[in-house]
Amino acid sequence: MTELPTSSDDTGSVATDSVDAALQSLDDEGMVGYNYAYLDEHTKREVRRSMLKAVAIPGHQVPYASRPMPLARGWGTGGIQASLSMLGPTDTFKVIDQGADESVNATNIRRLAETTADVATTTDTTEADLIQSRHRIPEEVLTGEQRLVLQVPIPDALRTVDASDAANRRRHGHRNYGKMWVHLYENVVEYGEIQIASRYPTMVADRYLMDPSPIPRWDVPKLDDADHLTILAAGREARIYAVPPHTAVEPLAFEDRAFTVERFPEKSCHACGSTDTYLVEVSEELGTDDAASFETRYACNDSSFCEKRREDPDLQKDHHLERDEVQWGPMTADADAGGESS
Amino acid sequence: MTLLEATDLEVVYGSRCHECLSSTGSRAGTNQCVNCGSVVACARADLSLEPGDVLGIVGESGSGKSSLAELLALEQASEATVRGDLQYAGYDGNLLEIDYQTRHDLRTSEISLVHQHIRDGLNLEFTGGGNVAEKLLSAGHRSYADVRERVSDLFEETEIPVDRIDDRTNTYSGGMQRRVQIARALVTNPDLIVLDEPTTGLDVSVQARVLDMFRRVQREENVATIVVSHDLSVVRLLADRTLVMRHGRIVESGLTDRVMEDPHHEYTQTLINSVI
Repeated sequence: MTELPTSSDDTGSVATDSVDAALQSLDDEGMVGYNYAYLDEHTKREVRRSMLKAVAIPGHQVPYASRPMPLARGWGTGGIQASLSMLGPTDTFKVIDQGADESVNATNIRRLAETTADVATTTDTTEADLIQSRHRIPEEVLTGEQRLVLQVPIPDALRTVDASDAANRRRHGHRNYGKMWVHLYENVVEYGEIQIASRYPTMVADRYLMDPSPIPRWDVPKLDDADHLTILAAGREARIYAVPPHTAVEPLAFEDRAFTVERFPEKSCHACGSTDTYLVEVSEELGTDDAASFETRYACNDSSFCEKRREDPDLQKDHHLERDEVQWGPMTADADAGGESS
Repeated sequence: MTLLEATDLEVVYGSRCHECLSSTGSRAGTNQCVNCGSVVACARADLSLEPGDVLGIVGESGSGKSSLAELLALEQASEATVRGDLQYAGYDGNLLEIDYQTRHDLRTSEISLVHQHIRDGLNLEFTGGGNVAEKLLSAGHRSYADVRERVSDLFEETEIPVDRIDDRTNTYSGGMQRRVQIARALVTNPDLIVLDEPTTGLDVSVQARVLDMFRRVQREENVATIVVSHDLSVVRLLADRTLVMRHGRIVESGLTDRVMEDPHHEYTQTLINSVI
């Protein structure tokens, strides 16, 4: 940040009695001299126009004038610009970083929006109007009232097979995705099935090949015919693309080698017992005297939903909706989940 | 029925003035226009090809063979000015005026080019099998098992060791890379293959085996072929009919045996006599 707001004693210094006090003194001042939502109005308008165009051509990468932001490119600057351009004072904002609300980056982005856009923030997926996320789509079903902004490091799925953006743009123009299919073919040759851990190449509305950002395969089916709007924004690469509500999103796969999501056989979250959520391996110190002994456990990646599950183990991913058994990623409905923790 | 019929083809690199055609050619002894400096790679070229026919094009370096071959395979250089009429069975209208999409479709399914330079035709980062599979996948085949089987069959047919199928193409020998190119050209059962200098960079024994393999496959599949080579023996081995090019013009054409045994044009006589 180039210019810190000065404290009220006019000495230009910030009280340093404690970190909390210092932050408190900054909060009081607000962002004097900054426009609402940090970006100037022309920039926000330009980003919104690009988003509208992206919505009009689902999956197509629309260029925009990505501005310098108060953090390094590659740290979510695209997502922040998209979020700040959309936020209004009545919105509630949630930021997730790899499923967690409490990471440094997520906290800072949330605080930037809080300070400059005067929005309420939350960690509860169902309460948010706008969710900015890195690498995950929440486990709880998103509704038509909600918008999801995904941070994108590499906007073009084809860059995996050809480094030339010019050639790739021509391929997109003519829906010529043969090279990506060769990549999948070679994946099957090597592993017997398609093993692309993240950034799974996905067809949007049967027209454009899209990089769904580094979400795990687990989350890709959630984009298909979703109720909510998804905006994908890349800051360093200055590209915005979108999946409008109720758009067909189909992961590329062979007729005889189907798309598969991650599997966690016999595993459940150590904290809430869930078996129908995306789990990650965590290595934690054992509470014994031997400090060097670690235990590897599985835990829900979506920490906010995990917290709710700890209180109510039978809570469904669509608990907040009037409809039942909403298709939302793998194993949503209680029937085929074959084992809630109970 | 004629598969391919070309009339008055012309490829010019440069601005092209009204004197380009009169000031170049065999009689003028150059292919560069004295007036504007344009290079007339090929002009006033007529040729026709029946299904299953093999046509050879010979000539020295710079005579316009490759320019003509690329034009016939729908891969002309973007900086060239192209004129003429190219009719193709199964397509209405002049092939030189088609849009990108139609050209892409024809090139994935019906007309294949085996490039003179391996890097132009293959992606060396992909596996050998992947390079061959790319054409099938581009043409819309979506069954892994079918694609895999077809690619393995072609590896066998073009005499590439099938157990190398999943190795990256840059680990292959020059002869194997050439065979992969031929397998790739054959995979979608095209009607026409254009071979541009199929033996470049191969030693003599490998040349012979690649040519033998191609001659066998060409007869089995009955695919029409245009072979471009500076090497008379390659054309003699494969082609039924031969065109001789010099300075961007076709100076002589006829049955291969007739051209080789009884050359009429002065240049053809020199060419045949100068074979070491």
